[in-house]
Amino acid sequence: MVYEAQLGHPGGDFSAADILSALYFGVMRYDPSKPNDPARDRFVMSKGHCTGVFYSVLAAAGYFPEADLSTYMQPLSRLNGHPNRNYLPGVETNTGPLGHGLPVALGIAIAGQIDNADFRTFVLTGDGELQEGSNWEAALTAGHRKLRNLTLIIDRNRLQQGARTEETASLDPLDDKWRAFGWHVEMIDGHDHAQLLDVLSVDPATRDKPLCIIANTFKGKGVSFMHDNVAWHHGVPNKEQYEQAMAELV
Amino acid sequence: MSAAAPAQAGLFDCRDSFARTIEALAEADPRIVTVVSDSVGSSKLGGFRKKWPDRMVNVGIAEQTVVAVGAGLANGGKVPFVSAASCFLTARALEQIKADIAYSNVNVKLIGQSSGVAYGELGPTHHSIEDMAWLRLLNNLTVIVPADPWQTEQAIRAAAAMNGPVFVRVSRMPVPALERSDASFEIGKAETLVQGDDITIIANGTMVHRAVAAAKILAGEGISARVVNMATINPLDEAAILAAADAGAIVTVEEGSVRGGLGGAVSELVTANTPVPVRIMGFPGFVPTGSADWLMDHFGLTATGIADAARQTIARKR
Repeated sequence: MVYEAQLGHPGGDFSAADILSALYFGVMRYDPSKPNDPARDRFVMSKGHCTGVFYSVLAAAGYFPEADLSTYMQPLSRLNGHPNRNYLPGVETNTGPLGHGLPVALGIAIAGQIDNADFRTFVLTGDGELQEGSNWEAALTAGHRKLRNLTLIIDRNRLQQGARTEETASLDPLDDKWRAFGWHVEMIDGHDHAQLLDVLSVDPATRDKPLCIIANTFKGKGVSFMHDNVAWHHGVPNKEQYEQAMAELV
Repeated sequence: MSAAAPAQAGLFDCRDSFARTIEALAEADPRIVTVVSDSVGSSKLGGFRKKWPDRMVNVGIAEQTVVAVGAGLANGGKVPFVSAASCFLTARALEQIKADIAYSNVNVKLIGQSSGVAYGELGPTHHSIEDMAWLRLLNNLTVIVPADPWQTEQAIRAAAAMNGPVFVRVSRMPVPALERSDASFEIGKAETLVQGDDITIIANGTMVHRAVAAAKILAGEGISARVVNMATINPLDEAAILAAADAGAIVTVEEGSVRGGLGGAVSELVTANTPVPVRIMGFPGFVPTGSADWLMDHFGLTATGIADAARQTIARKR
């Protein structure tokens, strides 16, 4: 769809693909025919520019026909460049500007805490996105309230739009930062489904803290010329590159 | 429900009306929660916290998060009232209000407390004179600027009753209860407090009672001024404004910037439809430090100042 639209953020799509697959096809409770069911688990896509992977997973999960993917970013399409909850079932909140997802997910998790409900709230942020201060406001309150029903997954691909995160405004030691804010931290290989399913499936009742999963990933995972390459933050493939990528991915 | 207890003889702090109304609503609707950024006292929500400690979410001094948490709570089935000083709530969290609340079109009520120049002495960092202009530009977001304790209660009740995002701008400046022959409130509907044909004065918030006093001064001189209370600034009561233009001249008065707020909204509509002279009264931008009363006097936001502006604007009629 990125090739068709000649727009998108394929690098970040590929780094998050295994994470979203594990969530939607291994962990989360949802019914696409009842997208507003109060008991559903919530997923908040904070890295809202990575709609390529998000829409693909929502379609595969049954929220809308896969044929709609070919309308990605076309005029009047429901599949905006950044997700819109009012157009598309399965989108919990409109994102795009960075640093919004975790604070909104925090509010969802607090609603569940007030009601003693058993739904879980998952949020995926990029790592460069953590340079937005709003995340740390939310981190503070989530730790303070011991929100065990809240899970943050950081797509730790170490690249942001312009350069490596550690060259821009370094984040390491990232695990210590979250622990200091009162979170339980797991560091995993974000492309290893077994590891993802293991940490995501632990019963939240067994901990008294919000969970932060630092998922080490590679931007452009699965496509040799995109792999760990900053140029593919929002690059789009030409015909030869598209054919090569499809051949490598299949 | 009766109006709030008087802060001074005959004058009311509309925050009391807000606090009393939210407690009454919360009694009847368990979905109602309050969300604050260390702003319990300044929002007069101490009583709410005492009654329902579990239904108040205090995120600390974090305005971006207070707004975003409101969006999340609405997603979780709550009816959140997010209450914080308007200067920080609107300026510091403007993108959250835009993306998480207005663009996402979620059922969150934002309460901008101590708006305008209520914190006069604390200087422009603490003045909230741009909030009306910023927020009225956002689609989906209803923006209400009530003028007295009764209208504050009505605005809060109407906000709770509708499904969608609302911003209510609440002053802490003492105001009198307005006299009305027809006490009714509807979002998007202006109320005419004084009938008149020579000029129309359109005001909202703390300026409405001053506009009424100005009309009395003018009446003594044989000038018939209509006074319209434009409490809802988004959506605008376009019919009332176009009817106001029939008088041939308009003065707008707001406790806010002269750029982009009530005056801007009225001017946009009048210019495109029935152009007549419009004089916009308010603050010119960042203002000097001084008490709220001093600032209003200094910038002519008084009954005599409004009457002067009305005379000058009538002189510009074609």
